[in-house]
Amino acid sequence: MSVLTGKERRIVGFLCNWCSYGGADTAGVGRFVQPTDLRIIRVPCSGRINPLFIVKALLGGADGVLVSGCHPRDCHYAEGNFYARRRLEMCKNLLPLVGIDPKRFEYTWVSASEGQRWQHVVTEFTKQIHALPPAPVFPESPEIERLAACAGE
Amino acid sequence: MDDELKGAIRKVLPDVDCVIGWGPGPDPLRSAPFFMRKPEEVDAFVVGPLAVNNPAVFLPEYKGKKVGIVVKGCDSRSVVQQIAEGLVKREEVVIIGFPCSGVVDIQKIAAQLGQDIEPGMVTSLSISSDKLTVNVKDTAKTMDMADVRADKCASCQYPNAVVSDEFVGTPKEGKTDDYADLAAFEEKSIDERFAFWEQEMSRCIRCYACRNACPLCVCRDHCVATSREPHWLNQADSTREKLFFQLIHATHLAGRCTGCGECSRACPVGIPVGLFKRTMTRAAARLFDYQAGTNAETVPPLQTFATEEPTIKEREW
Repeated sequence: MSVLTGKERRIVGFLCNWCSYGGADTAGVGRFVQPTDLRIIRVPCSGRINPLFIVKALLGGADGVLVSGCHPRDCHYAEGNFYARRRLEMCKNLLPLVGIDPKRFEYTWVSASEGQRWQHVVTEFTKQIHALPPAPVFPESPEIERLAACAGE
Repeated sequence: MDDELKGAIRKVLPDVDCVIGWGPGPDPLRSAPFFMRKPEEVDAFVVGPLAVNNPAVFLPEYKGKKVGIVVKGCDSRSVVQQIAEGLVKREEVVIIGFPCSGVVDIQKIAAQLGQDIEPGMVTSLSISSDKLTVNVKDTAKTMDMADVRADKCASCQYPNAVVSDEFVGTPKEGKTDDYADLAAFEEKSIDERFAFWEQEMSRCIRCYACRNACPLCVCRDHCVATSREPHWLNQADSTREKLFFQLIHATHLAGRCTGCGECSRACPVGIPVGLFKRTMTRAAARLFDYQAGTNAETVPPLQTFATEEPTIKEREW
């Protein structure tokens, strides 16, 4: 078991290949200190992000989801992040109804040169997630629990 | 109004494959979808508070054929949205509209009777303008129409067909929709809401009636819920999978749902699944000033964008 068990939260980050992933890389190259709770998933464009990625991550036990793409008007594919902005905003409206704190999900824009901004975003978001209790978890179906119990013996 | 509508249907019938409307159902309390092909079949047509189903759900299957359809106000919005999205061609559908004064909610009638309604239990039924008398095994029970009317009808903005080729009757005044049901739900805390859905969704039997009754769920055999590529949902009987399907449905209907309420009505275990779509509808109205199914010329908000979005308040970091 990791020494960080109980101290870390599970945060999933969806980052666009062209800006935010580069920005996170810049932050790393610049050796900016960042929290280590974030697990990054690289996607081609923020327009690739299906709102269901976020919902599935949150229902699957993630404590937070961070989405980051190119700044509006700076999309590598010209308009991917414009569509993403609308979808993500709609998704943010749906979460509170289900009983998922909307603070668990944020989206923002970080360019490849903004290493410091990336550090700031990750630090702030991680702080925000740590202020919340661990994500509520659905019990597994009885069949799966029984199977898991068999496997454990 | 029945006879006038039947007249309008008979007038349209020679030009179309069939006219979709409502016909006699399994018992006097229920109507069923009805496909009229011959003039003599029109005699059995039913309209009024029992015309509950949304006939627009059948329209996309008839693409390429010309069909007629009888619609309430809410059903007509589904048709308009189908036309706006290119699922149905305007020239292939003949719309017959009428002013709707609300439909009944069978669950509310069952609650008034104090028992579940089994097929064959209700022997006869009579309807006046504001009363409904149900005969169950020779005992008559009269109830106020206001008590058994479907919830969606209380906030119906469009009782008349939004678009129609034939309109029968005098148009009715619409009401305003202030999303009072959502406001009432939102009085629950975040944790209470989670607990609420965990309990409600545990009853779900994954029959997908909510999907099949939805006039804008048009993927049919290619629905992601039953696909293994992509494999969004597994077969486990867990509340999480059941709730996740509802969230798939809601996100797929974001900015498209016209609020016909068929998903909630079709649910055999009475889960208020319409709340998910209502939330998205309210968000689309607030963010993009868009109301689905009111204008076939507009583009649904998530299929387009604006370079500046003054209504979207992004977080300042």
